[in-house]
Amino acid sequence: MVERLSPLEPEFHVGSHGNFEHGVEILLTETRPGSIVQLAAWPGEEKKLIAAIRAVTGLALPDGAGGGLSEGVKAVFGFAPGKFTVSDEAEGLAHAFAKAVTPAIGTVTDLSHGRTAIRIAGPKAEWVLAKFFAIDFALPAFPVGAGRSTVHHDVFAQIQRTGTDQFDIYVFRSFARSFWKALCHASEEVGYEVQ
Amino acid sequence: MLITCPYCGPRDVIEFTYQGDGNRERPDPASQNFEAWNAYVYDRLNPAGDHNELWQHSGGCRAHLRVVRNTLTHEISSVAFARGNHAPAARRKSEDKP
Ligand SMILES: [Zn+2]
Repeated sequence: MVERLSPLEPEFHVGSHGNFEHGVEILLTETRPGSIVQLAAWPGEEKKLIAAIRAVTGLALPDGAGGGLSEGVKAVFGFAPGKFTVSDEAEGLAHAFAKAVTPAIGTVTDLSHGRTAIRIAGPKAEWVLAKFFAIDFALPAFPVGAGRSTVHHDVFAQIQRTGTDQFDIYVFRSFARSFWKALCHASEEVGYEVQ
Repeated sequence: MLITCPYCGPRDVIEFTYQGDGNRERPDPASQNFEAWNAYVYDRLNPAGDHNELWQHSGGCRAHLRVVRNTLTHEISSVAFARGNHAPAARRKSEDKP
């Protein structure tokens, strides 16, 4: 496989930054999944698509809009009616889904090279993200595993909560560096570490 | 102004794109009924009160929505997916050719 370069590279500075004298309250990383795939079911075929997701990944999607789950290596969440984002540390997920999701069920779009996944974690993760997105980040409104589609200005973002104070943000690769820079600036006040 | 998307929940209006008057009936693309096309392009009810509108949650789930908005107060009394009875594809199938 071709070696994938990070679009964050020129602005990715490992170490502690900002106001961290009293401790680091934000951890920023790039998760670099090998596969990022979007799946869409034709109307009425949603249950078959959810079954295909379970067959390929072993992940059983919970009911409800934006429902999802993450088990560390693989993650899945709904981002629109009948549409799901699935990621995997390993490459080849789109190929596996191309067999399981027949043309009668829906479509498979391989976005592995088209999105960048940024993880923000720490006690101030909700605080920093609330500066970017006008959605409710409180745990009861945005449970662990769930996904949300939203925008930061014109940068479309899919956000999955992968822990009580951890979020994975999928942004367009071409916008990723500027979004990353903005995220670093927004984290300065609480002190952040890039790993 | 908040619009409560049936999928995403309440979101700020900046996440949505207005897609026009929801009262319009688009003629069949092959139609040469100029009165119908004129009405589709130009005729608007312009009510002072509840108004049927089409919006897209473009900065979210990207679903197309049928919204009833009060033009005097901006109060939104109903939001539903546009998909269904009123979706253009379904209407084209059921409509007779002009
Ligand atoms: Zn929505």
